[in-house]
Amino acid sequence: MTSIGLAQIAIVLLAVIGAAIPLGNNIATVLAGERSLLSPLLSPIERVFYRLAGVDPAREQNWLAYAMAMLAFSVIGFVSLYALQRLQAYLPLNPQGFSGVPADLAFNTSMSFVTNTNWQNYGGESTMSHLTQMLGLTVHNFVSAATGLAMAFALVRGFSRAESPTIGNFWVDLTRSTLYVLLPLSIIVALALVALGVPQTLQGSIEATTLEGAKQTLAIGPVASQEAIKELGTNGGGFFNANSAHPFESPNALSNMLEIWALLVIPFATAFAFGRAVFDYRQGRAIAITMMIVLAAGVSVAYWAEAGGNPLLTEIGVDPSPGNMEGKEVRFGPAMSALFAASTTGTSCGAVNAMHDSFMPLGGLVPLFNMLMGSIAPGGVGAGLYGFLVLAIIAVFIAGLMVGRTPEYLGKKIETREMKLAMLAVLIYPLSVLAFTGVSVMLQTGLASLNNAGPHGLSEILYAFASATDNNGSAFAGLTGNTPWYNTTLGVAMLLGRFAFVIPVLAIAGAFAAKKKGAASVGTFPTHGPLFIGLLLGVIVVLYLLQYFPALALGPIVEHFALLAGKTF
Amino acid sequence: MLSQIRPAVVMIVLFTALTGIVYPLAITGVAQLALPTQANGSVIERDGTVIGSALIGQNFASDRYFHGRPSATTGPDPADPSKTVDAPYNASNSMGSNLGPTSKKLVDRVNAAIESEFAAGRIDVVAADAATTSASGLDPHISPQFALAQAGAVAKARNLSESQVRAVVEANLEGREFGVIGEPRVNVLLLNLALDRLQ
Repeated sequence: MTSIGLAQIAIVLLAVIGAAIPLGNNIATVLAGERSLLSPLLSPIERVFYRLAGVDPAREQNWLAYAMAMLAFSVIGFVSLYALQRLQAYLPLNPQGFSGVPADLAFNTSMSFVTNTNWQNYGGESTMSHLTQMLGLTVHNFVSAATGLAMAFALVRGFSRAESPTIGNFWVDLTRSTLYVLLPLSIIVALALVALGVPQTLQGSIEATTLEGAKQTLAIGPVASQEAIKELGTNGGGFFNANSAHPFESPNALSNMLEIWALLVIPFATAFAFGRAVFDYRQGRAIAITMMIVLAAGVSVAYWAEAGGNPLLTEIGVDPSPGNMEGKEVRFGPAMSALFAASTTGTSCGAVNAMHDSFMPLGGLVPLFNMLMGSIAPGGVGAGLYGFLVLAIIAVFIAGLMVGRTPEYLGKKIETREMKLAMLAVLIYPLSVLAFTGVSVMLQTGLASLNNAGPHGLSEILYAFASATDNNGSAFAGLTGNTPWYNTTLGVAMLLGRFAFVIPVLAIAGAFAAKKKGAASVGTFPTHGPLFIGLLLGVIVVLYLLQYFPALALGPIVEHFALLAGKTF
Repeated sequence: MLSQIRPAVVMIVLFTALTGIVYPLAITGVAQLALPTQANGSVIERDGTVIGSALIGQNFASDRYFHGRPSATTGPDPADPSKTVDAPYNASNSMGSNLGPTSKKLVDRVNAAIESEFAAGRIDVVAADAATTSASGLDPHISPQFALAQAGAVAKARNLSESQVRAVVEANLEGREFGVIGEPRVNVLLLNLALDRLQ
């Protein structure tokens, strides 16, 4: 670890917080339906959307109708994306002449983009036509993120309202999130990326004759526009197979920093927006601080692990001082690779600028554990906030049990129904991750996909299901995921991780919205100070270590000790 | 749920038009007008032929050129397209090795790379990037240490003095932006082009 590396990390994180506070105010305004700076330009477009869709923006929905609208939108999105991939050979804008995507892969990819996962069992430049990348994938990068933001604010309204039968209108939240938040930011970031060297063209490839006279075919395309929303919407699906490690996706250190900033800024801003929406900015600040502590702890461990080099290679004469460079780019180095890894898994982004599969055992443990915690530091767009609020409810409940009072969060009594729903939501994750991993390691077809032997092989499978369930999308990419078994099971894991989590969350939102809001008294447990932050951190650590420690012990932890003993597999 | 089908279909169509067509085409239009070099892949031409992109590494095997990092990219096997073969710096199929830290394959591969480069006299210190593959397989850069370690061998192959070659390396060193951001590096393609211009 060097002081320059730490300074690079600090610069990015400070830039994120600096921008997240004003952006949070803006997001709160947009989702409260108030006028904002861009209203004169965008409200005519917004009205056209509502008119054509037959939506009355003033008419709100109860939680069930809200959930049904979200599900209908996801189902239609899934079907249209599936059809687009299967038919791409017959459609225009296919300069490389790719054939239709096979059924199991198209299922996996559609599920992946509709759930904001962007797990990729395909190489973008070798599978998907420009039309599929633009029409199918870019669209879902926007709307799946907007759906996350919508659901987060449905839950926030559960806290900010009292005795209300409704929690907002899904179509309005979806439209406003896309038009006022995601689209303007994407335009700015996309153009900045082009200025830094990211291509944006409708060409399919460039033919070059190298200095030594060989032919080199450079895949290219409308990269910058997809790159911007890939990060801002915490989607993570790269234009190219190597994702943000590809020099066309991120040509230099500045573009790398911009991308990390872009993937962190909306999730942090959403925490501040929450504070504003419940009329107590300290509530949002407490959540943002907790997120930052978890993120910073992860970055520190990953950077420490990657900066020291691989002792097995040091032994045969490789200089350890630049760090573990297998699967890393020279222009990024270990500090920016560690920050990217922790950020992309602390959010549900899943873009990578280095190959996590080649990280040191404890370096790779950080992205893995970040996802097992449900990517809550700071979480995906919207998903981070509602995931965190579920944990806050559990933390307040535990605090209530300790002092023997009915637990309350933001003036809302937490009762049996809400606790059951919150526990249901958090138990879906280990059920999906551990059950699918367990079955995969028992099947020949599951093991045949491994790229690495020994404990690292288990880590590859565990990582895949953690990533899919968590809707992250990053991978220990050595695992060959494009097989009928993994295409199907990972697709189902994504489905569970998104919808089996968010439907209980919307039910909680409905339950809270209907409750009275109690006034704070001297006996109320304050949820904005260091005591609450400590309690929240304690709940996170206890909950997730208990769930996953045995699996982690068999994967990265045992690999770490094997490495120290000089053992290879 | 049925009453939600119409808004769902209409919204998908409208957002597809807006974010799937208008947005990327508008960005393409602005980028092509305002920043055509970057938007088209920072292509380098020499004597009218495209020799590559300043951003993408290429494979160098000759002694007359500085070598880039080992690359893990593959390409279709010409004999049997259903199989793949090693194809370093294949810029239409980016990938890393994805070998884990305790992989025997990794240790053996690094060993073999060190031995062959040592035998060719190209390395006196084994820089970390000289022995490892990059994440994309297309890394255009090497560390200054790796570049300087190769200077002697390249000078010999070109009948130049080592100090002449070192001067070219030093002229092509890229430092950290603002002294903090990024890592010190050398772009191998630009370095080799500069060498060719020397003679």
